[in-house]
Amino acid sequence: MSTSNTVSDRAEQIVDEFSLFDDWMSRYEYLIELGDDIPLLDEEQKTDDTYIHGCQSDVWIQSELDEDDRVLHFQGDSNAKITKGLAALIIRVLDEQPPDAVANADFDFLDDIGLHDHLSSQRNNGLKAMIEAVRERAQANRN
Amino acid sequence: MPATTHPTPDTASFDADAFRADFPALAQDVYEDTPLAYLDNAATSQKPTPVIERLDRFYRKENSNVHRGVHRLSQDATEEYEEARASLSHFLNAPHPDQIIFTRGTTEGLNLISSTFGQMVVGEGDEILLTEMEHHSNIVPWQMLAEQVGASIEVLPVTDRGELRMDLLPAMLTDDTALVAVSHVSNTLGTINPMEALIDEAHAEGVPVVVDGAQSAPHLPVDVQALDADFYVFSGHKMFGPTGIGVCYGKREHLEAMPPYQGGGDMIDQVSFEKTTYDGLPHKFEAGTPNIADAVALGTAAEYMMALDWDAVQAHEDALLEYATEQVDAVEGTRVIGTAPDKTSVLSFVFDDIHPYDAGTVLDREGVAVRTGHHCTQPLLSRYGLPGTIRASFAAYNTRTDVDRLLQGLEKVQRMFG
Repeated sequence: MSTSNTVSDRAEQIVDEFSLFDDWMSRYEYLIELGDDIPLLDEEQKTDDTYIHGCQSDVWIQSELDEDDRVLHFQGDSNAKITKGLAALIIRVLDEQPPDAVANADFDFLDDIGLHDHLSSQRNNGLKAMIEAVRERAQANRN
Repeated sequence: MPATTHPTPDTASFDADAFRADFPALAQDVYEDTPLAYLDNAATSQKPTPVIERLDRFYRKENSNVHRGVHRLSQDATEEYEEARASLSHFLNAPHPDQIIFTRGTTEGLNLISSTFGQMVVGEGDEILLTEMEHHSNIVPWQMLAEQVGASIEVLPVTDRGELRMDLLPAMLTDDTALVAVSHVSNTLGTINPMEALIDEAHAEGVPVVVDGAQSAPHLPVDVQALDADFYVFSGHKMFGPTGIGVCYGKREHLEAMPPYQGGGDMIDQVSFEKTTYDGLPHKFEAGTPNIADAVALGTAAEYMMALDWDAVQAHEDALLEYATEQVDAVEGTRVIGTAPDKTSVLSFVFDDIHPYDAGTVLDREGVAVRTGHHCTQPLLSRYGLPGTIRASFAAYNTRTDVDRLLQGLEKVQRMFG
């Protein structure tokens, strides 16, 4: 994945991909498939620091700053497949982006992928908590 | 056999399909061409037309403040409000309407009791006995009280099937036990607890019992005098009434001895800066302008429920729960959580390899409304080693069609995640 892609370029690409499916079931199946390809955390990386609170399922997202390139790398996991797919979407738009771009990233595209009208504002799916967590970590790495 | 001579459950004297027509929210598509199958009644029930119309009429015609005005509207509103209290009193078979305190719901009722009666009877070194199946609402207020006064929380365990360990009760009712707080029906398991026996045993040791009736008031005929409950609290919105209104019933001697819960208007007798004297029951516990409209409509909901043939309604609900349990149990990879012999209205289950959240999301897209997660009973779920369950919960308007929709949804869940 090239870093020349901005967050919004990647978001647009995701919306395009999801628009190829014409029913909700295949869109969810695609989301689950994306979750299966997520860069996974090792069991020992699943700690309090990487745990995302406020989800119905367990979710972990780890971010690491590449000091040379000044970009963030993300890994994640969840014990629920849909949540893992959502984590994969977030990671896909944010991975290898500079902290500034991560902190300012717009996730409204999640409402346009045909899963749910108000996906990004739902409390239960953990999306909000994941987004807040990645933003917070990006803030901590800004300079 | 003609149905009139020997009514059989689900067919004879209760017509669930006709009853259902009273609930407009049930007749809608939640997604395109996807009608709603509403199985989240333990969270909240839908509202029948008479309750909706009662709210509408109150605001269109009767709206006024209560207990104060000399004008006609205020007198009418006061009368309606107090008539609602009388309806709720009948609903619980309370000795007198002034033992019915209107609250915001079960949670406020429990907080009211813990911060007034609790402060009176629980002291340093005392024990408050709860059970492992309590909702957070019937745990946290007692923990707050225990922390304030230096008391401790004791917990009566549940069995693998989800019954209270009544065999342990005598040993857990110690000289230090100051109060027992227990749910009549578990919101996660559906277990109906042996409330009369439990209250009898507690009273034999001189211990008062607070009953959380949030899940029982909608499904069981409740008689607070037969139970001999010291307190009985429930929410209106789970029994076809509005949100934001509930009831706290208490024995007269407790209510009279208790200090007020909140200070303000409507709860006073005389106020001066030197000293204020309080009004009598029930107003002592209803500071400020009450939730008049919702109380009036809750009265309508109680009358609506009391007009039903409860033997027939219960037979219908029991038959539906039995059918749903058999069907879900037969789905490969599922396990029912809560298999007590005495249950009502709640079917909790898990898949071996599918997270409840994944299942709930797909069920939602199929139009099937269930609750997934810990149902505000985290201690109970950790006792079973589960992150959560899928909970289908029924009301009298549910039919086998709703259960069949759940099963079709579960087949899709298996196809996607199995």
